[in-house]
Amino acid sequence: MSMTEDTATPKRPSGFWSYANPVKFLGLSERVLPALWGLAALSLIVGLIWGFFFTPDDFRQGSTVKIIYLHVPSAMMAINAWVMMLVASLIWLIRRHHVSALAAKAAAPVGVVMTLIALCTGAIWGQPMWGDWWAWDPRLTSFLILFLFYLGYIALWEAIEDPDTAADLTSVLCLVGSVFAVLSRYAVNFWNQGLHQGASLSLDKEENVADVFYFPLLVCIAGFVLLFLALVLYRTGTEIRLRRTRALQAREARL
Amino acid sequence: MTLTIRDLCVARGGLPVLQGLSFTLAPGQALILRGPNGSGKTTLLRTLAGLQPPLAGQIDGAEEQIAYAAHSDGLKAMLSVRENLTFWADVFGQSDIVPALDAFALMPLIDRLAGTLSAGQKRRLGLARMLVTGRPIWMLDEPTVSLDVDAVAQFAVAVRRHLAAGGMALIATHIDLGLEAEVLDVTPFRATQDTRAGASDEAFL
Amino acid sequence: MTALLRRDLKLAVRAGGGFGLGLAFFLIVTVLVPFGVGPQSELLSRIAPGILWLGALLACLLSLDRLLALDWEDGTLDLLATSPLPLEAALGIKALAHWITTGLPLVLAVPVLGILLNLPAQGYGWLVLSLLLGTPALSVIGTFGAALTVGVKRGGLLMSLLVLPLYVPTLIFGAEAARRGATGMDPLTPLLMLSGITAGVVAIMPFASAAALRVNLR
Repeated sequence: MSMTEDTATPKRPSGFWSYANPVKFLGLSERVLPALWGLAALSLIVGLIWGFFFTPDDFRQGSTVKIIYLHVPSAMMAINAWVMMLVASLIWLIRRHHVSALAAKAAAPVGVVMTLIALCTGAIWGQPMWGDWWAWDPRLTSFLILFLFYLGYIALWEAIEDPDTAADLTSVLCLVGSVFAVLSRYAVNFWNQGLHQGASLSLDKEENVADVFYFPLLVCIAGFVLLFLALVLYRTGTEIRLRRTRALQAREARL
Repeated sequence: MTLTIRDLCVARGGLPVLQGLSFTLAPGQALILRGPNGSGKTTLLRTLAGLQPPLAGQIDGAEEQIAYAAHSDGLKAMLSVRENLTFWADVFGQSDIVPALDAFALMPLIDRLAGTLSAGQKRRLGLARMLVTGRPIWMLDEPTVSLDVDAVAQFAVAVRRHLAAGGMALIATHIDLGLEAEVLDVTPFRATQDTRAGASDEAFL
Repeated sequence: MTALLRRDLKLAVRAGGGFGLGLAFFLIVTVLVPFGVGPQSELLSRIAPGILWLGALLACLLSLDRLLALDWEDGTLDLLATSPLPLEAALGIKALAHWITTGLPLVLAVPVLGILLNLPAQGYGWLVLSLLLGTPALSVIGTFGAALTVGVKRGGLLMSLLVLPLYVPTLIFGAEAARRGATGMDPLTPLLMLSGITAGVVAIMPFASAAALRVNLR
């Protein structure tokens, strides 16, 4: 890892990468956040009310099917949050932008909550369907393993004092963990062919749930995505301010 | 074969500690580093040894040339003096450990377990390790800690012999070893509060 | 490179505990299982492959925090990092030494413990084979966990938290192969998957371990 950059002529990055500057990033997130919170709340309220009260009961599953409006979006975000952390970790390892590392740190607790929501709603949905709160179904098991990966990732961030060391080590863990998460997914599939119904959403129209369920579900997913973005932006801002405090204190302490 | 340092800036814990350091070390030369505790001598040596990246500046001629000795000697208590030294000789692709044992009067202790040695004897064994590396540049961090007067003299002789054979030495120490060496006080190079050298905390200021 | 291997093996023998502790732990876990699930031999023989795999995995995990911590404390890792030996190779060797002192004795001891759990006769060969193919992966992945947490004081628990999820694929394929072997099914597919994981992990993980260790040495 060579970090001997030419400091004589500081580069002024423009466009997307200029937001890698923590101060500039804070400015942007402060401007964007109110709108993001508003949009997230709006689409969640609309999507959930539409889904819960204005869709018919499923002819087989009855009203239990409506938990889909929490289950599917949270499950999607659980995986997407990890993918986002992976991308952010790679950006940190390659370009060493601090905002990127802190965004990955900020996304992890959000991801872990999404995973928990997916697991809990899965259990609540599974109970009337399969007669059990828990089944070692490949999809559920994969999410449980994903949950463990999140825990390890967060614990490693917490355990290491030096922020740059922590950022480097968690990034390496995120990379290695991603490979093993995919491996585990296939291993679990091999280990137990499951009860879980097929994908609720796919580009192949045949497999999709019916339109009446589909549109409110899309709104809910949009709501979860917006909520995730808002939470991550907000938390990244907090992490940046913490680091700023730390940096100022370190400089002060040296005199 | 010279070690050249140009405009080096080193950091510890995301904070620059030394900046603007430049010096050269030619075969046969030694350089004594001085400076108060916490001034960055250890950080500088670790950077030169390649254990941590510099913030700025250039280091030429250090790659694969350095034998580094820190505060801890990397000795195994359950291995004998001979086994400890043979191990490091093997790692560095050398085989003869006798000159190293002779230089620090370790022959009588050769079959003792390192764990049974006194602090000073351990230190001598740690310094004898430098001789079995076959590397031209020695970097020593407070090498004389817990050494008695005789052992300090043995050490000074070993360094002088190494220099005479075309070696180089960079020593952070507070005591006078009686070497004809230049002294570099790092105090003037200490980074100031408003130093901007690319340290990781600067992005947040 | 052989110098490092010889030194690590010598230290494991002299410091005691290297061979002994893991094996003793494995034995105790195996003995405790019947107390937990009951003495019915048909139940025990059904769960024996899984229990033995799990026991071996935990015994491996137990010894991981000594893998790098001792060399970290006495400064050996600093000196190794400045030596001509690439850190990747050094960590590969240390994983190999860990496997020889921990994994291999477990593989050799497992037939004896199989008797205690009424492992079906046809299962012994497959169980030993699956452990032989799988335990190297446990050592190499464990080295990565040790390299990540070497700078953390009392990092043993944290390391378990990081390493155990990474053990999932190895455990699944290893235990599945042993189970299929014991019940007379064809264990070839999971055995091939297990070998694939071990081969991949042995080839790639030392680089990740070395990257993590370099960060910790800074």
